[in-house]
Amino acid sequence: MLGQTTNIMIVGVGGQGTLLTSRIIAQAVVAMGYDVKVSEVHGMAQRGGSVVTQVRYGDKIYSPIISKGTADVLLAFEKIEAARWLDYLKPGGMVIINNERVNPLPVMSGKAKYPDDIHNKIAGLVPRTVIVDATSIAEGCGNIKAANVVLVGMLSQAINLPEDQVVDAIREIVPPKALEVNLAAFNEGRQLMTSAG
Amino acid sequence: MKKLMIGNAAIARGAYEAGATVAAAYPGTPSTEIVSTFAQYEGVYAEWSPNEKVAMEVGAGASIGGARTLVAMKHVGVNVAADPLFTFAYTGVNGGLVFISADDPGMHSSQNEQDNRGYGRFAKVPVLEPADSQEALDFTRLGFEISEEFDAPVMLRITTRLAHSQTMVAEGEKKEVQMKAYRKNGPKFVMLPGHARMRHAEVEKKFHKLREYAETSPLNRIEWGHKELGIITSGVVYQYVKEALPGASILKLGITNPLPQRLITDFASQVERLVVIEELEPVIEEQVKSWGIKAEGKEIFTLQGEYSPEMIAEKLSWTQPAVGFGLDKEVPPRPPLLCPGCPHRGVFHTLHKMRLVVMGDIGCYTLGALSPLEAMDACICMGASIGSALGMEKARGEEFASRTVAVIGDSTFVHSGITPLIDIVYNQGTSTVLILDNDTTAMTGHQDHPATGMNIRSEPSPKLDLVALVKAVGIKNVRVVDPLQLDQLQTALKEELNRREPSVIIAKRACVLLNKVVQTERYYVDKELCKGCRLCLRTCCAGVSFLDEEKLAVMNHNCVACGLCPQVCTFDAIKKVEG
Ligand SMILES: Cc1ncc(C[n+]2csc(CCOP(=O)(O)OP(=O)(O)O)c2C)c(N)n1
Repeated sequence: MLGQTTNIMIVGVGGQGTLLTSRIIAQAVVAMGYDVKVSEVHGMAQRGGSVVTQVRYGDKIYSPIISKGTADVLLAFEKIEAARWLDYLKPGGMVIINNERVNPLPVMSGKAKYPDDIHNKIAGLVPRTVIVDATSIAEGCGNIKAANVVLVGMLSQAINLPEDQVVDAIREIVPPKALEVNLAAFNEGRQLMTSAG
Repeated sequence: MKKLMIGNAAIARGAYEAGATVAAAYPGTPSTEIVSTFAQYEGVYAEWSPNEKVAMEVGAGASIGGARTLVAMKHVGVNVAADPLFTFAYTGVNGGLVFISADDPGMHSSQNEQDNRGYGRFAKVPVLEPADSQEALDFTRLGFEISEEFDAPVMLRITTRLAHSQTMVAEGEKKEVQMKAYRKNGPKFVMLPGHARMRHAEVEKKFHKLREYAETSPLNRIEWGHKELGIITSGVVYQYVKEALPGASILKLGITNPLPQRLITDFASQVERLVVIEELEPVIEEQVKSWGIKAEGKEIFTLQGEYSPEMIAEKLSWTQPAVGFGLDKEVPPRPPLLCPGCPHRGVFHTLHKMRLVVMGDIGCYTLGALSPLEAMDACICMGASIGSALGMEKARGEEFASRTVAVIGDSTFVHSGITPLIDIVYNQGTSTVLILDNDTTAMTGHQDHPATGMNIRSEPSPKLDLVALVKAVGIKNVRVVDPLQLDQLQTALKEELNRREPSVIIAKRACVLLNKVVQTERYYVDKELCKGCRLCLRTCCAGVSFLDEEKLAVMNHNCVACGLCPQVCTFDAIKKVEG
């Protein structure tokens, strides 16, 4: 049998920075000595499509992709993306939803409606749902582009990654000139999750 | 210290460690990062070639010249490179050559999902299939040894999941390899029929030796578990099998061409039930069955798309599918779309408006085919737009051609659009060709190409002059327009379509992601003037949206002030913020 494995799904819209988030988390768990696999999306979907990055770590990891019903945490950068990937969550798992709406093409062209309260529906189905306004928090820290690092803070707290490891990873991956804003965003995210339980 | 690497970076590392000094590629997801990573190493030569055929030929030349050489492409790139490949398989190498075929099961970023292990058999070249980044590095390294020992180009076949998954890698030492001496050798390298007949005999001989090698190579290994179920698998699917079927016996094949017949026969004889699990085509399965071995494969598993651990577990009835919430069915799909400020948007808005027949091509601009722009009638492969526009004209006549355009990106034009343009001139077509010059290969992540004036290392290099080139092949009517000046573009199209002569319109404006210019202008919607007609939404730009409650347009933070939607709005409601 496999040892303990942690499965994290990071979903969003191409261009939102899911890749950076997964790289920070992965870097931190590597430094902790785990076996790690990360499945990324490059190419066409990066142009505003639905994207999913998967991070798995534990004693020994085989598959780079997560099976339905086994994700410990689903981190969604956008509301309907949380719904799209919700079935990957394991029973008892946690969903973190950024309260951000990005209209997909069929909504823009009037062919479909955007289900605006989908996050509340999810909260009704999944007890451990946390909804956050990462974009405005990031704005408060000085740059809306740091929204993904607010989410890194929340996620890292949710899976109990030691703060130092994650901060080291952020220092390594984020460009120096954006570091200060990103560290502030990270701290905000962490605190938010602590108070969310 | 081990570190995380995507498969593509590990391949680059493996080639570097093996002492490769030359690399050539044309970008293509999921292969692009291989040679762009290799180019970062000191003391090596790397290039973006104009297309995969040229990359393979540069590779062949470097190998004949004595260097260890890396060539990389996506699966469909091998179609383009097949001509040199098949005969290079006859001549064999001097310095070892490993070429990467990056296949895309599931078509994350491709127009088909062909299984290039078939090419391995067809061209009679050895095929290696790594299952994670460490193997990607190790197999690439070893690939050069195999290439030189068996005098053959070696195919390293990977898939998207391997190319773009990060897994742990321990880097090795760089090997110091001597360049092989170059000696003129006509019978080996000049493929006249007489020489080629002898070389074909050599190919069969070395293939026989390779079969023996595959029988004992550590790349093929058995992991014994219980004997009720035996699995034969390769590549990243091995990882899925390990996860889905703990306890089963596994024959993991690292060399999938040629197959080790004795090893497989022996494995088969020791398990009660034998299942071959491979994505896409039954390449292994059919050979195994042809030897009279009882096995299952495509009776259970699909020929289409990517596999997963859960899918394998379900098919072999170990587990029940997880029951979910099914909310995914309640949300609209999210296909990729053109970025705010993308110059292609102006082109497809205009083509849609003019109701033209559009023979399309491959690149970001293929997204112009999606609703509501829907301005594309066909898209087959890179370069196909121009030839097929001529074909349309020859089938349906000049009148039809006056409503037909070919649309092709700058990188794609250089890749394979020049020869069909020559055909239009030569065979007196009247087609209008639109070259979308956004100064980059955007789709695959912004690689330079001959018409950008930069090489793979972002150093200046001679810039291919597209206007001069087009004129040189005999096109008399050439003009350059700004695709975001809609009137200019529409006038140019009308005039050139009416001409009973071939024309080229170059729609020139850099990709908006390239020069991330700080946006100096801003636009807003004048609430007095907006009638809520939603015409601006037909540009399907994420920068303008509609508040359902207010039934009015608003400019949102995605807007980069490209100035397109103000031209589309018939009520002049979208205005520049002054001051
Ligand atoms: C034979 C082949 N090689 C590579 C690719 C991958 N690919 C798709 S489109 C494209 C080029 C896109 O560049 P360009 O034509 O300049 O259009 P842009 O994306 O910049 O709009 C590439 C490399 C492919 N589909 N087929």
